[in-house]
Amino acid sequence: MDTESIYMITGPIGIVSSAILLLFLSALLAPLLKNSQRFLINASFMSASAASFLGIAGGIWAVGGGYTNTLVLPLGLPDLPFHLRIDPLAGFFITVICLLSFCVSLYSIGYIKGYLGRRPVTRLVIFYNLFLAGMLMVVLADDALFFLISWEVMAAASYFLVMFEDERIENRRAAFLYMIVAHIGAIAILLSFGVMAGLATGFESFNGYTFDAMREAQLPLSWATAAFLLAFFGFAAKAGVIPLHVWLPEAHPVAPSNVSALMSGVMLKTAIYGIVRVTFDLIGTYPWWWGAIVLIFGLISAVMGVLYALMQNDLKRLLAYSSVENVGIILIGIGASMIFTSFQMPLLAALALIAGLYHAMNHAMFKGLLFMGAGSVLHATNERNMEQMGGLIHRMRWTAALFLIGCVSISALPPFNGFVSEWLMFQAFLLSPALPSPLLKLLVPLGAALLALTGALAAACFVKAFGVTFLGHWRGHHMPRVHEADWPMRTGMILAALTCLVLGVLPTFFIDWMDIIPEQLVGTKISASSGVYGWLWLAPVARERASYSGTIVFLGILLVVVAVYIVLHVKPGTIHRAPIWDCGFGKLNQRMQYNATAFSMPIRRIFGFLFNIREKVKLTPKGLSPAFPKRLNYYLRIRDRSWGWLYKPVVEFSFWVSRRVGRLQQGRIQAYLIYSFITIIVLLVFSR
Amino acid sequence: MDLNIAAQLNSFLAAFVLLTAFGMLVQRRMFGLVHLFMWQGLFLSINTAIVGFVAGKHHLYISSVLTLSLKVILLPYILHVLIRRLKVHKEVEVVENIPMTMLMGIALVIFSYYLMSPVSQLSTLVTRSTLAVALATVMIGLLMMITRKHAVSQIIGFLAMENGLFFAATSATYGMPLVVELGVALDILIAAFIFGIFFFHISTAFDSLDVDQMARLKEED
Repeated sequence: MDTESIYMITGPIGIVSSAILLLFLSALLAPLLKNSQRFLINASFMSASAASFLGIAGGIWAVGGGYTNTLVLPLGLPDLPFHLRIDPLAGFFITVICLLSFCVSLYSIGYIKGYLGRRPVTRLVIFYNLFLAGMLMVVLADDALFFLISWEVMAAASYFLVMFEDERIENRRAAFLYMIVAHIGAIAILLSFGVMAGLATGFESFNGYTFDAMREAQLPLSWATAAFLLAFFGFAAKAGVIPLHVWLPEAHPVAPSNVSALMSGVMLKTAIYGIVRVTFDLIGTYPWWWGAIVLIFGLISAVMGVLYALMQNDLKRLLAYSSVENVGIILIGIGASMIFTSFQMPLLAALALIAGLYHAMNHAMFKGLLFMGAGSVLHATNERNMEQMGGLIHRMRWTAALFLIGCVSISALPPFNGFVSEWLMFQAFLLSPALPSPLLKLLVPLGAALLALTGALAAACFVKAFGVTFLGHWRGHHMPRVHEADWPMRTGMILAALTCLVLGVLPTFFIDWMDIIPEQLVGTKISASSGVYGWLWLAPVARERASYSGTIVFLGILLVVVAVYIVLHVKPGTIHRAPIWDCGFGKLNQRMQYNATAFSMPIRRIFGFLFNIREKVKLTPKGLSPAFPKRLNYYLRIRDRSWGWLYKPVVEFSFWVSRRVGRLQQGRIQAYLIYSFITIIVLLVFSR
Repeated sequence: MDLNIAAQLNSFLAAFVLLTAFGMLVQRRMFGLVHLFMWQGLFLSINTAIVGFVAGKHHLYISSVLTLSLKVILLPYILHVLIRRLKVHKEVEVVENIPMTMLMGIALVIFSYYLMSPVSQLSTLVTRSTLAVALATVMIGLLMMITRKHAVSQIIGFLAMENGLFFAATSATYGMPLVVELGVALDILIAAFIFGIFFFHISTAFDSLDVDQMARLKEED
């Protein structure tokens, strides 16, 4: 064996491929172990986390060393082998996927045991492994054929995972909706690749299907735009960009929580990867308004996503909508980067791209953590509705603390990671000089303002999520026997929380590590950590303009916390517990607490026009003065407007067309024969 | 044999084939239909033998014998048995508007001649004038399937169409290669068996052989 082929096996691509093989192997072996479910869970999730660990190693190596290596597998169709390639961009996404899947796989060891005795989990284990393998394959793929096959493996596996508890009608509906949207998206992606491949080598040859051929092709603007729009549509459907997000708040809540963590945390990121790959890498040069499209959809998704999230009372649904928001934020970064690239401002483009990608990594970690936390709550209480919860902080101390870390991170508060990426995003916006387009002069400040609004609303949203779930007292009728998450679950969450902290405290290391990605895609580095004590200060453009030190902020916060703890806890008697003052009114009960609907009411009043709200107050008995009701019922229903505006017309139109076409189908043989008879006659007349 | 006489004989038999096709279009009794089908097969078989003799294509004798045994003896026998077993031999099928159907058949014959006129001008074969008749037979078979509601008349319409195709093959190119003809013959045989089984199912499911009953299978909206 020559050195190159040895390197192929031992280099990053070899490591990641062996991770994929390991995942396939455990999916294959799972049916053999179905008789001992407990062992199956332990073994297969252990091997999944081992595979993830391999993936992390391969990904970090690929990015850190700036390697690009390829592998051609003699699989697939004759003469169309599969091409695999790892480069820093792919390596980065592999790292993100594997970091989260490592935590989630450990968590699953505990979480999935909750199903023991209720239903067999073999199916879940198989599709979990296939799902992870599919995601890694998507990122590794270097030709359209393998990409689409992997994309479908990922989509199909996640469909079966959403369907796992298939006796409930809402699960079946959600899975079906997910499948439809995923397929429409996949068709758009297929068409986009078709356009690019066809123009790369002509429609007679199949050789254009490799990404290399697409990279080299110089597409005319009109066709490039078609390819981009199709790809953006397809990937946006997967990423849950508004208005293609409807499947997301349906599918994520009903899937098992470890799967929701992966779907929300990293599956959406494969779509982000696709957008970056197609625009920056495959197409390469583009006009500025492509970036504006991405930016505008990102802004809409960010603001609307967080507003919808605020309105939800289902904990996992809230998190799902919050994923829509975060995907929006990532797209804002990528869109801004595209705009800057097309105006030849590589430094800003690099900064915006780094911000977007860093946020993708951060979102994977904290959203994964939050979904795992929500899963622990669900596991302990069998409850998803926040209106029924409360006071869980006393019974679930670990989960509460870890969930709080997730909330702080996602609300973009220092010292955690969400702050760093959003801060970078603001830097990109604020440092941008006047762009040579009036629309952009409007769009950029507006974008910064909306991003700020999003951040504030996200903070409100997670104050609600944490406050209503964990604080106060139990709001339901009787509190179930709540138990704390077991050690494997805790380990998974602790690792995710630690990653959030490290990503927030030491951002310069990670940004230096991933700096090679913008260097390859937009042509320059941002060199965030220059100067003395460079690693301490994150200064994306210039030290005197703006800088941030996560470490110092963290140490400061730690100092304050320690000081407060010492002041309060060293002398006994400083804190004492007493009953709540009830204003002399009478006994307060748990139904009088501030609840989730009430918390979001002010925001519902302000932004109500964006939703389809039906609100009704019913007093019983009727006829009495409204000042003295015996009973008061309050109904509230909030719907997504996009259903009525976008989906319903399409659905109704397709039903209308099918009914029209259905009339042809008489059910009488004679009628069908007449159709063929007339066809033959007409053909004969015209072909004579 | 003189070529001229052969051409005349060929045209003569073609006329009979067409006549039986028209006969089947309006025949309302089941046994009558089967007998007409038998006659059509017989004319076809004789015609094939004559063409084979004139053109010196000896494999046409085999197809002639095949036609004779299959379409004149075996298939009519199967249909006979079927009709008796299903107890439909006394039924008289309602055929709507016979004059109109006949007129449509005539229109189809004219249409076929119109279609085939360029081909007949180019061809040098003895049988060139009968190509239009062959096409007309195919179309009349299809017309028969459209106008009839009884399952047995539908299958006979289908077989008549096949006769027309076979006739067209003989007229246009002195027959298809033997392998193809053997294959087609086998197909016809199997189709007849499948139709037989199918009839039994229709008649047990709907208590009738009227294919209009099958409209009940349609999904309601």
